[in-house]
Amino acid sequence: MAPAPTASLPLRIESLIKRFGQVTAVDGITLHLQPGECLGLLGPNGAGKSTLIRSIAGRVMPDSGTVSVFGAPASSTAARNALGWAPQELALYRRLTCRENLESFGRFHGMARAALQPAIAWCLAWAALEDRASEPVKNLSGGMMRRLNLAAGLIHRPKLVLMDEPTTGVDPQSRNRIFEMIEKLRAEGMSIVYTTHYMEEAERLCDRIAIVDRGRIVALGSREELVHQAFASRSQVLARFAGPADRIAAWVEARGGAYVEGHTDSTAQFTVERPTEIVGLLDSAARAGLELTDVSLRKPNLESVFLHLTGRELRD
Amino acid sequence: MLSLRRDRAALVLSFVLPIVFFSIFAVIFGGRRNAAPKINVIVVDQDRSLASQRLVEGLKSEGSLVVAARPNPKKGETQPEYTAATAEAAVKAGTAPVALIVPHGFGENPISFEGGGNMPAIQMLKDPSDMVASQVIAGLLQKVAMTSMPDVMAGLGSKYVDRFAGGLTPEQHQRIDGSLDQLRRYQSQPNGARQSGGGALLSVESRDVVGENKDNPMVSFYAAAIGVMFLLFTASGAAGTLLDEVENGTLDRLLSTRVTMTALLAGKLAYSALLAFLQLVLMFLWAWAVFKLDLFSHIPGFVVMGVSTAFAVGAFGMLLASVCRTRAQLGALSTLLILVMSSVGGSMFPRFLMPQAMQKAGLLTINAWAIDGFTKVFWRDEPVSHLWPQVLVLLTGGVALFALARKLAQRWDYT
Repeated sequence: MAPAPTASLPLRIESLIKRFGQVTAVDGITLHLQPGECLGLLGPNGAGKSTLIRSIAGRVMPDSGTVSVFGAPASSTAARNALGWAPQELALYRRLTCRENLESFGRFHGMARAALQPAIAWCLAWAALEDRASEPVKNLSGGMMRRLNLAAGLIHRPKLVLMDEPTTGVDPQSRNRIFEMIEKLRAEGMSIVYTTHYMEEAERLCDRIAIVDRGRIVALGSREELVHQAFASRSQVLARFAGPADRIAAWVEARGGAYVEGHTDSTAQFTVERPTEIVGLLDSAARAGLELTDVSLRKPNLESVFLHLTGRELRD
Repeated sequence: MLSLRRDRAALVLSFVLPIVFFSIFAVIFGGRRNAAPKINVIVVDQDRSLASQRLVEGLKSEGSLVVAARPNPKKGETQPEYTAATAEAAVKAGTAPVALIVPHGFGENPISFEGGGNMPAIQMLKDPSDMVASQVIAGLLQKVAMTSMPDVMAGLGSKYVDRFAGGLTPEQHQRIDGSLDQLRRYQSQPNGARQSGGGALLSVESRDVVGENKDNPMVSFYAAAIGVMFLLFTASGAAGTLLDEVENGTLDRLLSTRVTMTALLAGKLAYSALLAFLQLVLMFLWAWAVFKLDLFSHIPGFVVMGVSTAFAVGAFGMLLASVCRTRAQLGALSTLLILVMSSVGGSMFPRFLMPQAMQKAGLLTINAWAIDGFTKVFWRDEPVSHLWPQVLVLLTGGVALFALARKLAQRWDYT
């Protein structure tokens, strides 16, 4: 897609820094979002994704840097009107019904009564909650609450929506339903920032993915770009070993691989130009006296990219 | 035990509240004599005779009374002495619960052994809402007559002897006059140097000058007193919805909309105040329907005091909510503060029963100002314009409490 003029971008973040005491949660992030784009923020828990999202929503005061939404500073009225936010934690009035929750958040956004009723109807239909409209939130299932939580962020029909781990704690069926809801928004041209620590979600939903680690964006691009940047045309070999971790780690390091210690075994990751290179690796392991339990060859994915870039697994 | 130690709110309720509450009751009723309440009484001496002056001096020497012959100075200027009319107005206005008018001719025939006769009676103008004061003063009047006017009583006794025994000889008159002179000289000695005299009765006519047409004098007081206490609980509960918003995450989301923290607090204040006002309306309607409180003749005053009180308690609730971090903390703190405020501020028993220092401390509470205002409206039938001190304190107090609540709520503005 052709880049839009910078001033009118749905989201423009420049050199954003936010510290909490000694911890730097966001460490100089710069990020631009194109109109109609779905940008994934992929990173493990504690990487700084939520702080970044809350900065965009105007709920975190950055120590330095700027955030603008369609050219307006975050937390300005124009930015608030243009922005929808579905927080990671369910933020709903549990004693109110679905309809009353949507009505309340619509009012908080300053919506007129005439505009509110069709917006509520749209949200209920989008979240497939029409038949539960009069049900108090506390009686809904976890998946329904999640959908309502998303819908409440869209009641005022924003042009940019922030979704902070919207599938946390939901079953696979509900997760798929949420994916369908998001894909529908994408089809309508909504700009979306989507945080997750699930690689599959980022791969399925996002045009571009920013890999976030320790408050920084360590890589940014489409799935293919990220994989290509990290691995080019190489394949990935994953080998699992039992036995003393220090010996395995030393051997992996000597062979130029990435080492991850698990609960019951240790994993080594290598990249190879040709599949036949795997034979040399296995010989070397045997000579080092390591007990190999499993070996596999695969095309790299985002998980591999994250491990390659950070030396840690995504779900650490 | 471990959970109790970690739950500070429960800890406060379990140990601190009983001690604080006991201390308040102990101070009020526990016999700290130097702090015992004194009764204000206005005295108008129309007679200005030797007997009336003795009587007034006697009353002034009573430790349990504060006798005023004139209003307190205004802007440093001494005010003229009370007259019968201004004294009555002062009792109506609540300056003192009792005024004594010593009438012209009192000195001619101050006491009676005949049960009254044609002697001029002392008028006692009283406010029946203070049931204790008038009874104490009635008793003290008789005591003072006996202890401060023995010469008068003796002189009168000789008159009775002269009249009913067929007349005294000039020599007997001379001896009696000599004895009376001696008694007067003895009277002029300091209090501690003399012994108490004989006994006699003053004639006293008492009259209610406030609430004389009211069926149940204390209904309006208790409607306001109990009402304000529960208003405070209601308002703190309503303000607790702010903490609910924090706990369930909606505050964060709400503040990402157009709603600002100030608007949110103002909205919650309006809700608390409206709830409190409706509660007052219900309370007074009940008092009207069941206890014959004359509500509908006092609608303007009720609305003015109701709105002012509801605003102040609403702001108080917002302050409590913004101080606390959890509902449990709010519950403990509000219970502690509201019970203390209600006991010191007169919601549990009238402030005039309290020691002076505690009466003054009561002025730091919303309860005292609200109860004073409602008493002016329903008991003293005062016009709305007379409510300005109470309205001013409640409204400015409310604004100050709200401003403080906003300041404390800054911690939720951003993270």
